Amino acid sequence: MLKTQELTLNMGPVHPSTHGVYRCVLTLDGEYIVNAVNHIGYLHRGLEKLAEARTYNQFIPYTDRLDYCSGLANELSYVMAVEKLLGITEEIPERAQYIRVICAELQRMASHGIFLGSFALDIAGATGFFYFFRERDKILEMITSIGGNRLTPNYMRIGGVAHDLEEDFLAEVKQLMDEMPGYIEEYNGIITGNEIFQSRTIGVAPVSKEMALDYGFNGPNLRATGVDYDLRRDEPYGIYDRFKFEVPLRENGDTFDRFVLRLKEIEQSVNIIQQALRDIPEGPVMAKVPKVIKPPVGEVYNRIENPKGHLGFHIVSDGSTKPFRTRIYSPTYVMLSAFPEMAKGTHIMDAVLILASIDIVLGEVDR
Amino acid sequence: MDKIVDREALVGELNQKFGDCAEIFEDNTNQSIKVKPGKIVEVMTELRDNPKYELNLILNLSSVDYPENFTVLYHLNSLNYQHKLTVKVEVDKANPEVPSIVSVWKAADVMEREAYDLMGINFTGHPNLKRILLAEDFVGHPLRKDFKLA
Repeated sequence: MLKTQELTLNMGPVHPSTHGVYRCVLTLDGEYIVNAVNHIGYLHRGLEKLAEARTYNQFIPYTDRLDYCSGLANELSYVMAVEKLLGITEEIPERAQYIRVICAELQRMASHGIFLGSFALDIAGATGFFYFFRERDKILEMITSIGGNRLTPNYMRIGGVAHDLEEDFLAEVKQLMDEMPGYIEEYNGIITGNEIFQSRTIGVAPVSKEMALDYGFNGPNLRATGVDYDLRRDEPYGIYDRFKFEVPLRENGDTFDRFVLRLKEIEQSVNIIQQALRDIPEGPVMAKVPKVIKPPVGEVYNRIENPKGHLGFHIVSDGSTKPFRTRIYSPTYVMLSAFPEMAKGTHIMDAVLILASIDIVLGEVDR
Repeated sequence: MDKIVDREALVGELNQKFGDCAEIFEDNTNQSIKVKPGKIVEVMTELRDNPKYELNLILNLSSVDYPENFTVLYHLNSLNYQHKLTVKVEVDKANPEVPSIVSVWKAADVMEREAYDLMGINFTGHPNLKRILLAEDFVGHPLRKDFKLA
């Protein structure tokens, strides 16, 4: 007589498809997932505790190590929180504001490049991987020229940016932005329009609006479900209110939508950078900020639209040179908690894709 | 600038509905209210469902170890009105207990587990209150001020 039984499968912590050190215990009925349990914390470095023993300036390089695919954007979120606490948000020089926008959008393109490329790899399309990483690498070369590092540039400062751009930096950016539409067409041709790709992703793990809000989704994953909410447009920070751009939306919230939405966001990032390149003025890049930063007693919660969601910093100051408490709200940490519910009932080969479509990065999940 | 909820009206409404449970909390952000721990689940459900406020997105759950108490903070946001509210709950140092709001937002699940893990705050009624980032046999709660780094 045939006998069936449920099987427990351990995925990770070291496995290419977990995008880092993350472990998931899957309970399987044949090839279908009955239950999934997340195990995280392998990369926990206690950044929130470390922040209490560092001055405000000293903590900037640590934020690079959160979401290591988008270092400049993390730094921007942190320095903006401190600037808000100091009350110097209005004093940031114009040129620095434009540089910040260009950096943040370049970083968004690089981060989405990783998402799209590794997504192609997870779906066993190794060729697609190289197309996305080709442009990502060009961006990382540019980031190297401003910060000296590919992933951890440490370029933002409280009050502006560390130094002015290299002479040919803006020309290089402009050239890449002019080439991008052609590349995006290439991406669409090789991946998005691929029939196998579509049949593997359309309708897989759909997330409804209600479920997305319940699980605290934000950023691209929320917009893929049809909720029209982008901080850059709805609660503009910095100088984002000066740019005209669309907020791409999808409706079904399935794996395909989460992929396509990010591809569309790259187009909009190109759009924003082109406007910034057109308008960027000459001038200083650093406001007059005291050497020793001592914010007044109080607290602040500030978040920005990071490539992966809303990265937030809750900083409590007691008036001394070091923060009393720094809390880092990590979007992927919260969104990862929806993975078990999204994966239930799906095929085991889709679980890898569903995980990839949330776009987790373990440096930020574990902090 | 952030849009802020009319706190006086909100606090009045909450006090009328659930008994004396909320008050305006004065700090530099001007967007905080303080709620008694015992009423937090009712207040959160009300804030989420009341069409006047519709604070339907939980942005952050933070906890601070002040010398006099532990404070748990919930940063809420409304998608429709784009306004913000910070709900603060102050709990006793000796016995830090807050009712869990997992029944209101599933997103609170992992954030409460994290606050339990790192700050040692007990969320009563939480379905699975275990350590999440640290190892299960870890002793102590590192974000407390009395936890010294070697």
